[in-house]
Formats: sequence, structure tokens, C-alpha cells
Amino acid sequence: MLDRRSVLLLLPLILAGCAGWQSVLDPEGPRADLLANLFWVFTAIVAAVWLMTMAVLVLALLRRRAARADPLVLEPEAERSMARAVGAAAALTAAIVVALTLVSYGAQRALFDSHEAELTLLVKGHQWWWEVTYEDAQPSRSFTTANEIHVPVGEPVLLKLRSSDVIHSFWVPSLAGKMDLIPGRENLLIIEATREGVYRGQCAEFCGWQHAHMAMTVVAHSAEDFERWRESQISAAKPPDNPVRKRGMEIFLTRPCVMCHQIRGTPAAGRVAPDLTHFGSRLHLAAGTLANNRGNLAAWIIDPQGIKPGAHMPLVKLGAEEIEPLVSYLEGLR
Amino acid sequence: MKHLLSIAAALAVLAACEREDREFRPSPVATEGEASITLSSISPGVVGLGTPRDIGKAYEENAYHLSEGKRLFNWFNCKGCHANGGGGSGPALMDDSWIYGGEFQNIAQTIREGRPNGMPSFRGKIPDEQIMQIAAYVRSMERQVHQDAAPSRDDDLMPRPSEHRLPTSPPVAGGTVPPSGQAPQ
Amino acid sequence: MSETVLRSPSKEALDTDVKDGELPARLAATWGTAAGLIGALSTVDHKIIGRRYIITGFFFLFLGGLAAVAIRLQLARPDNTLIGPDLYDQIFTMHGTTMMFLFGVPIGEAMAVYLVPLMVGTRNIAFPRLNAFSYYVYLFGGLMIWIAFALNIGPDNGWFSYVPLAGPEFSPGKRADFWAQMVTFTEVSALAVAVEIIITVLKLRAPGMTLDRIPLFVWAMFVNAFLIIFAMPAVMLGSTMLILDRLLDTHFFNQAEGGDPLLWQHLFWFFGHPEVYIIFLPGTAFVSAIVATFARRPVFGYSAVVLSLIATGFLSFGLWVHHMFTTGLPQLGATFFTASSMMIAIPSGIQIFCWIATLWDGKPVYRTPLLFVLGFFFIFVAGGLSGIMLASVPIDTQVHDTYFVVAHFHYVLIGGAVFPLIGAIYYWFPKFTGRMLREGLGRWHFWLALIGFNIAFFPMHISGLRGMPRRVYTYPAEMGWDALNLVSTLGATLFVASFLVFLYNVVVSSRGGEIAGDNPWDASTLEWATTSPPPPHNFDHVPFVTSRELLWAERQTLPVVAGLAVDKREVLVTTTTQALPDLKESSPDPTIWPLISAIVVTAIFIGSIFTPWAVAWGAPVASFVIIAWFWPKSTEENV
Repeated sequence: MLDRRSVLLLLPLILAGCAGWQSVLDPEGPRADLLANLFWVFTAIVAAVWLMTMAVLVLALLRRRAARADPLVLEPEAERSMARAVGAAAALTAAIVVALTLVSYGAQRALFDSHEAELTLLVKGHQWWWEVTYEDAQPSRSFTTANEIHVPVGEPVLLKLRSSDVIHSFWVPSLAGKMDLIPGRENLLIIEATREGVYRGQCAEFCGWQHAHMAMTVVAHSAEDFERWRESQISAAKPPDNPVRKRGMEIFLTRPCVMCHQIRGTPAAGRVAPDLTHFGSRLHLAAGTLANNRGNLAAWIIDPQGIKPGAHMPLVKLGAEEIEPLVSYLEGLR
Repeated sequence: MKHLLSIAAALAVLAACEREDREFRPSPVATEGEASITLSSISPGVVGLGTPRDIGKAYEENAYHLSEGKRLFNWFNCKGCHANGGGGSGPALMDDSWIYGGEFQNIAQTIREGRPNGMPSFRGKIPDEQIMQIAAYVRSMERQVHQDAAPSRDDDLMPRPSEHRLPTSPPVAGGTVPPSGQAPQ
Repeated sequence: MSETVLRSPSKEALDTDVKDGELPARLAATWGTAAGLIGALSTVDHKIIGRRYIITGFFFLFLGGLAAVAIRLQLARPDNTLIGPDLYDQIFTMHGTTMMFLFGVPIGEAMAVYLVPLMVGTRNIAFPRLNAFSYYVYLFGGLMIWIAFALNIGPDNGWFSYVPLAGPEFSPGKRADFWAQMVTFTEVSALAVAVEIIITVLKLRAPGMTLDRIPLFVWAMFVNAFLIIFAMPAVMLGSTMLILDRLLDTHFFNQAEGGDPLLWQHLFWFFGHPEVYIIFLPGTAFVSAIVATFARRPVFGYSAVVLSLIATGFLSFGLWVHHMFTTGLPQLGATFFTASSMMIAIPSGIQIFCWIATLWDGKPVYRTPLLFVLGFFFIFVAGGLSGIMLASVPIDTQVHDTYFVVAHFHYVLIGGAVFPLIGAIYYWFPKFTGRMLREGLGRWHFWLALIGFNIAFFPMHISGLRGMPRRVYTYPAEMGWDALNLVSTLGATLFVASFLVFLYNVVVSSRGGEIAGDNPWDASTLEWATTSPPPPHNFDHVPFVTSRELLWAERQTLPVVAGLAVDKREVLVTTTTQALPDLKESSPDPTIWPLISAIVVTAIFIGSIFTPWAVAWGAPVASFVIIAWFWPKSTEENV
């Protein structure tokens, strides 16, 4: 399937692009490794088949031959040898197809055999963000966060995938293949990272206006760091530590924010928008759309529809003096 | 004939544009400005002062606004008291008896300012744009909006006929005496 | 001259009674289309309707191409704000919908409507009035969806309209309803044409054209018609269920009430995968015809190609689930679909090998049609092979719904259908118009298209592997997809430019092109046995087929059949397998009723978007026009 002209043109781009953070070709987990290897096996075989077919075609065109006076006068000898060649090519095709099917089935067995893991997460797709619940046998140790998944390195994590509205698809290419989130169903997916780092993923099934801005980040930590993070997330939000943030909290609780968002430890208990209890500790905001910093946060609060047109976060009229405390408060939710 | 056709075509264009427009940013007319004016109105059923009356029309004739209203009706738990319009601890919304008036402006005001005996005020809690959307949706429950813009069923359990199959009835302009006034004192 | 004369007891003039010089004029008067607007709208001539079909198909290709240009402009830069998400969703939906429903399927059928009756040597298609009706329904359905788009009611859920996104809760307004109804429109039309093609091939073949003398072109169109008949009802059922869910509150796709969103996907892809082959099989028809003519020998392995066409047809119904590998279906079942998806490579491979063998043994003449067929090999084989990769469940979980898939199916569809189609236009343009397209412009067109196509679509494989999902209206700069997308956009520009060359070539050549003559390529099939363009009655005498490559076998004089009526529309019906003359059947006269029926059906379809009563009120009117259409006339039938 490789075609040479394009390859030559694109070679520099390919070489430059091997360090993507959302790439099938940058596997960082055992499952993604398996998939990448399988991909390269298939690519090698089909590229060889393409090259052979094209070589035969070119030979067929360049071959020297005498012109035929009557197109209907065919040589039986040539016909027979061509029949043999076509038959052999068809048999070879069949053999390749069978071999590839078996290879594919083997990989499939390895990928989907087990759905067991220590850590189970409930991932719920919303238009256009991800709700992530860390389940625990003790209800008090279960907690909810959004758009950011933290996992311990080297440990398989089971995701239970559900949707609250339309069909989405969970895809972090460096860790595993994708799986759809379908209303009324629960699909299972195991992800596992072999290296500490931040991996980006994105919704892969068209889900409406902001399908393009429905990303999530997976952060892989060492086991100790992960436990520390988990403990911090279980706790409720700390009360604001300075007057500006205190004022920000008042604004949050008296303005429309409180209708949709939850901040554990305050009266804000909306469940239809991302949980903001530890918002300040997240890397991104608006489902992976912007880096989480002061400027972006203020921009997002002032004009969400300019950044993600059609998103469900409404344009809230806030006074100029209200933005600063609100941003400070949210930043402080670590 | 040619003129008639072109006029009909132009009308169709305009109607379609309005009905299908997805206006993500609220228009400047429908901003918080209205809220500060209506703050003084305490009598039931009075249409908000100085409000362009056709704001309601713009919301009621737009399929996107109506469906957003429907989503917000669920999200803000209007269902908790009004069920799916059939009423519960709050009055039914899909019948033709309106305590505080069934015109668009009445409903918007009811949501914004609240009413005695249980309806809370959502002033400042719901942006005006969304109040309009919810009010328009509430009107669609009673079949007061164009049926080709009104929302259809949910992907949900449906314990009732959908909004757009209910019988129509004229809106009540002024409003009736609240239940508290009828009860023996 | 070997001649079979059919005797009939009736007293009317037969072609044996007419002097040779007079015959063409008298037949043309019988079969011709009346002058004036009413005449033009009433015509039942398969060539006139076929020509309109082809032009309409290319018109929609042009509109779909404009949508593609808009998509490419928006994606050329990261974080582009040229087109917002609302409009972008409408545009990419219109692109897919137009290319699949309004161009891909109809253009193959359009070519069949024009060419199949000529190739089997008959005077008109079977059910010519239905043919006119199906064209009008297709035209009105296509115009409806594009007018809706212009009025901001364009569908915005993708050409696949997955529920619940396209369902009542998440798609307010009438956009998805217009889409669902447009599907019903085009499928009614496609089904009607499929029936006509099947009957034409089975019953109207010239005497002597036994099953093993049917041209490969006709075989491919015949198999294709069966695919349409079995695949389209699934999507019509689906689109009807969708519109019922949206308008009448049924619960086919509402999981809370026992419906299932996956039901839509099964119904849609049960149609949607054969659809790909419905678009591709006409491509094989064109390639078979062009390869034989320009390699200067019959296609090698006639029976193998026919059998593999039929096998492709059957297998294409067994692989729809490979569009659903990530929906969490049971793994063993998914494996079955991996196997069947890969298996279809075998019949497709055999066809390719046979064509290459034909070129190997023949002496290729490098004219534009053959160049496009060589482009087809180059691109389609690559696309088919990346399809093998997608058939594997594990690989599919990575590349499904990414630009890798976008690259794959553009390689398959543009390589497998559009390149052969353009070759076919260069090949049959002399037959359609009597004039040749310019060879030099044709070469420019070919090289621009081939290079532009690969620059546009090859980088998409890579952007997909590097994580770019489909159907995103923009992407952040830091993703590193910007260079690849810019290259794609530049390639797309080149590709579009090649079609402007084509358009210019068609416009210039149709007026001032070189006069073609009956058989400019010295081809062997029957359409070249008549004048270019063919007369209204196609052939002065219906040919008698003695060989698969008739015009090469009978170079001196063509054996013909005589004894058909001259002053009345009469076609010869032959037996299904042996093609022995069986009946003389009258062919319907022109009438305006198909147009009126199409208008009524359009009114019902569009009206039903707004009120279900449109169906109730429309039914009596529709019955009335159908009664008028079929009102019996006292014409004498010959047996």
C-alpha cells in the first residue's frame, strides 16, 4: 500500500513525526506494543504484495511483443501458462489471507482474553467531556474526577465505558486500541502504561459539534505517586486560604456555576458538568482543549462559546471584578 | 406568479433559517438587561416592562433553543417538582391552567423571579439566555409552538405521550388566583 | 449475411417490407422523442435519460467536490476558524452523503442505463417509463437535500447518521429528517433502475447472446443490480425507522424502551458495505471493457472474472460488521467477519490478475482511457491492501475512525470507481456525442489527477496513525498534524484542478472535437455497431450474436435479425439462458405521467417530514397518477 512517490515526498515528515504523544506508532504499553507490532507485520506484507503486483503490471506493459493482426487469434500455449500464473497468484492470495487471519486472531486472543485488573475505573462519556470515577470497595474511597486519568505504571487498569448521551469512543493510542461508549451498554477496555508520562487520547466517534475538542489525558505514575495522588483526590476541597479566594468561592456558589458543577466540601453539587473538586491539579481544562493556566482559565470562563462553540458551558455574565477572585479560587482547588 | 413564487421562496428561506439556526452565543437583546428591569415587578401575570415581545418568538420558533430548553429542564431538575410536565409537587405545565400566566414572558418571569408556595427564584443562577430556552420549552409542552420546531421524544423512558402530541389550548394571558388565595383562610 | 426472419400474422409493416434506405428514418420516427419541452419531459428513450442521469451525477460530483474543498481549506491549518463546527458538520455530511448516495451509486446505474441496452443489442431498456420515473425521483431527492443545505437545514450527523446523535433527542429541527428522506428518495430510484437492468439483461438480449457471450461489462452491471436489490432495502428500513423515531415517537433506537442504537448500525452497514461494492462493480465493468479494447485482445479468463464478480457480490453481504469492531461485539463473531473481509480479497485479486494477464498478452495502446485504468491499478490495489489491514480486529481498534480509514476508502473509491469512471467517459464520450475528447488534455487530466490524488490522500494514512480522528472540524497546533494536512490540502487542490481540465475538455470537445465515427477504438462490443451517437432506435436491425467479441469476429457484415415492426415500438424478447427469440413485445410510448408521479412522490416525501398526514393525503393522489400512468390503451399485441 505504500506508494513510492508519496513516500519520497513525505519522508521528512514521517521522520519528524515519530515523537507524537497521541500516536499508534509510539506504543507505551504492552497492548499498544502488540498492536504496533501487528501493524508493522501487516504493513510489510501488504507493501510487498503491492510492490509485486505493480512490478508485474510494469513488466506486462514494458514487455516486447509483436502486434497481433487479429485480436481473436490467441496462442493456446500462452493462455495455458497465463492460467497457471493467475491460478498461482490466486492461491498465494488465499494463503496470505489465511495466514493474516490467523495472525490477527492470535493477537486478538491476547488482547481481549482477560478483563481482570486491580484498579477499576468507570469512564462515562458526555457531550463533550469525560467523567471518570475511581471505584473502590469502600464507598468513601470512591471519587470522581474529569478528563484526566491517573494510573500506576505497569499495572493493567480496567475501564468500564458508558455513555450518558450519544456514542463516544475512548482512544488513547499509545496505550491501547479504542472502544466505543454506547448508551445502554457497558464496554470494557484495559489500558496499561509501561513508562511514566502523559499520554493524550481523544474521542474517536463523531459525537456532535465539539467532537474535535473532546480529549483526555492519561498520566502514568509510579505506584507511590499514584497512591499519593489518589489520597489527595479522595479528600474534599480545602476551604479557601485567603480573602480573594474566599470571595471567589462566594461568587462560584452564588452564580450559575453552582447549577452544574460539583465541588466536594461545598454546597455545589451539580452532576451534569465536570467535578471541580481538585480542578487546580489538572493539566488541562475544557476536555484537553487548553493548558490549565490562569489566562486560559479566565478566557474559558469569560467566553466558553468562543473556544468550544456549541459546548454546554453557557456564557455567564460576570462583572469585571468577579473574574479574578473566581479564577484564583479555582486555581487553588488542588 | 413569478413574484409570488419568489416571495414564497424568500419566506421559506427566512423561516428555515430561524428555525434551524444554532445560536451558540446569546444575542445581545436577550442579556441580563431584562433581569434588572423586571426586578421591580411583583404582581402576577404582568408582562415584563420594556421587553421586546418578539424575543419569545425568536426562542419559540427555533428548534435548537427548544431542545436546549428541554435539556436544561432536566439538568436543573425542574422535573423534581413538575415531572415531565404533568406536575407533582409543582403544578402541571402541559395543561391550560396557568396560575401566573402562560405567555412566554410570564413563564420567563416565573423562572427568573420565582413564585410563592414553592417555585424558587433562579435569578442569577440561570443565565437569561437559558431561562428563555426553558420558557420556550415549557410553552412547547402545551403545544404553543410550531410543531416542526418542537422537540420530539427523548432517548429515555416515556411514561407519557410526547409534548407535541398533546392537545392544544390557548395561552392564558393574565393568570388565575393562586391556590393559596382560594384556600379557606 | 446470415439472417433470421421472424414471421408474424399481423398486417403491419415489418422491416423486411421496407426498402433499406427508408428504414432508419422510419424507425427513428417511431422511436424518436417529440420536440418541445413536453416531449423532452415525456421521453422514455434510455439514451436521453441515461445522458441526463450521467450529467446529473457529475453535477452532484461537482457539488460534493466543492464540499470537499471546504473541508480541506478548514483543515489546512490547525485551530482554523474559517468554518465553525455547525457548518463544518453539515459540510462533511453533505460531502459523504452526496458522494455515496447522489454520485457513487447513481453514476454506475446511469452508465448502465445508457450502455447496457446497446451492449445487449436491444432498442430500449426494460420498463422505460419506470426508468424516466427513477431519474426524476433521483433528481428531486438530490435537489431537495442541497436546497435544504442552502437553507441551513443541511444534515449534520455524518453520512452514516448514527443514533442517538441523529435521533430525536440530540438532533433538533428537521436536518436529520431531510437526510433520512433523501435516502429513501435515492433508494427508490436505485431499486427501480436495478430492476430494469436485471430484466433488460435477462430478457432483452439480442438473439444468440447466450450467457457465456454476455460482455463482462454487462455481467458486472447485472451483478451490481442484484446487490442493489438486496442491500438497499436494509437502509430504507433503517431510514424509515429513524424518521418514525423522530416524527412519530416510536422507539426502535431508544435503549431505555427496549430499542437499540446498535440496531441502526447493523441495518446501515448491512447496506453500507455492499454499497462500497455497488460503487466498485461498475468500475470493474469499465475496466473490463477498456482493457479488452486497448490491450487488443479479449479479457483473459472470462469465466474466472464472471465467477469472481458473482463471488464478490455474495461475499460483500458477509462483512458489514467490520465497521463495528469497536462497539464491543463478541470476539468470536468479530473474527468471523475478519475472515470474510479478508476473503473478499481473493475474488478481487483474481479480477486484477486477469486484467494484468490481458495486458501482458495484449499489445497495449496508450490512450487516455487506458491511462486511467492503469491509475486504477496503482491506487485501487493500494486501497484494497490497506483494507486487508482494517479487516483485522486488533489493527482496526487502533485505526478505526481515524484518517487512516479516510485514506483507505478514498483509495478504494476514487481508485476503484472514479478513475475507471473517468476512463469510461473518455472511452464512451465518442459514442455519447459523436466526437472525441482531446487526447492531450486527457493526458494532462490523468497526470494531474494521479499526482494530486496521491499527494492529497497518502499523508492521511500517516496523520491517522499519528492519532488524528475523523470528522474533527479542527485540531490543536501542538498535535503535529498541521504539515500533513497542509500537504493534503495542496494535493486536493491539484486533484480539483485536474477536474477543471476535464470539464474544459468536455465543453470544448463536445462542440469542436474530432468526429468519431461508429467505432473509433475498434472495440468489440455491440454499442460500437451503431452510429455515434446512436439513433433513437439504437440499431436499424437487431444484431444476431455469434461470438463474445462480435465486432472482431464478424468484421465483414454483421448478422442481423429481421421481422420487427417499423411503425410501432417493438422489442425482441429472448429466452433467459439460450437467448433464443421468444416474443415480440411492444415497448411503451413516451408519456408525461412518470414525471407527474415523481412530483407527487416528492411532495409526499417532503410533506411527510412535516406531518405524517402527508402520506394519508398523498396516497390517493399517487394512486390516481399511477392509474393514469398504467391506463390501458387499445394497442394490438403480437405474440
